[in-house]
Amino acid sequence: MKRLLNTFFNGILNENPTFRLVLGLCPTIAITTSLQNSLGMGLATTLVLIGSNLVISLLKDFIPDKIRIPAFVVVICTFVTMIELLMKAYLPELDKSLGIFIPLIVVNCIILARAEAFASKNPLLPSIVDGLGMGIGFTLALAIIGSIREIIGNGTILGISILPASFTPMSVFALAPGGFITLGLTLGILNAITNKIAKKREASCK
Amino acid sequence: MNISVNIFTLFITCVLTNNVIFSRFLGNCPFLGVSGKVETAFGMGMAVTFVMAISSLCTWLVYAFLLVPLGLQYLNTIAFILIIAALVQVVEMFIKKSSPTLYKSLGIYLPLITTNCAVLGIAILNINSNYNLLTSVLNGTFSALGFMLAIVLMAGVRERLEHSDIPKCMRGFSSSLVIAGLMALAFMGFSGIAQ
Repeated sequence: MKRLLNTFFNGILNENPTFRLVLGLCPTIAITTSLQNSLGMGLATTLVLIGSNLVISLLKDFIPDKIRIPAFVVVICTFVTMIELLMKAYLPELDKSLGIFIPLIVVNCIILARAEAFASKNPLLPSIVDGLGMGIGFTLALAIIGSIREIIGNGTILGISILPASFTPMSVFALAPGGFITLGLTLGILNAITNKIAKKREASCK
Repeated sequence: MNISVNIFTLFITCVLTNNVIFSRFLGNCPFLGVSGKVETAFGMGMAVTFVMAISSLCTWLVYAFLLVPLGLQYLNTIAFILIIAALVQVVEMFIKKSSPTLYKSLGIYLPLITTNCAVLGIAILNINSNYNLLTSVLNGTFSALGFMLAIVLMAGVRERLEHSDIPKCMRGFSSSLVIAGLMALAFMGFSGIAQ
């Protein structure tokens, strides 16, 4: 049980796909224009991650080592296509605003990396938990960046305006450059915080 | 005359106003990962251009002559990724046999291209925007040239930055991302040149 919890929190904190591993940058920059888009993308990626980790961990003994990457890609792609069709049917608006980035979940490095590094070596339950943890870590990261960009770029959160009318939104944050700059600065701030914590720990050890 | 004007417009759109990196957000991982040196960035750009031109051609043909007649359009993602993966493998083997010098300069970048989302992204965009065969191939090639422009520019900036004193927490990815943001801001200045 403790190991499962460790696996779960590993994806959220120590190996957060966006902030620590810096993988899967394209959706992180492209669709975080608002909190709603971020949550939608995070949820879709989480479902694909759990599904692909589940199937790959079940099939790991049957997939020959030489062709494992194409096999993983086909498994991942199956789940992505399922999510894509489900979204088109039930959440057409979200599907429209995420657009091409739903099929592009296939080439999101996080999913293939987890299949390769975790699911193909671990039993079923830890693999599912790992998928869930990584997915939530990714969603959290997207949500943080999405909220920053929506508040500064639009003055709203989830479409509800929260800043006073005198605030002029800096629309550049909702556009392309804002995505790069917000992610870069967030990474920098997190680095500064972790450096400080590490220093404190070192000092207390002495 | 009309066709050449259209092609020129497409070129400007793909390279400057709708640059794959700065306005379509495709292919960011290699853009940040392989932009340490101008030379390697150029090699990566060449490899991507090569693969993207061929993959635009192949995916369009497979979509139009295999998936549409069979009514399997919803399988396009899975078909395209397999085509691209196979294509990259074939291109790699072909170059290795036919031109060892080219292989030496492109070889190491080729496997990385399979996971470059720009290649799959452009293939899907070609289909979504109902381009014909010629436009698809040109769109793929020009977008890849835009990718090359972006990655070479970025590498140039990063080579200079190596000698400057950046705060410790901003080193590496975070400073690169901020630079990319400023470059994207500059590229926004091109919008309006071509519709």
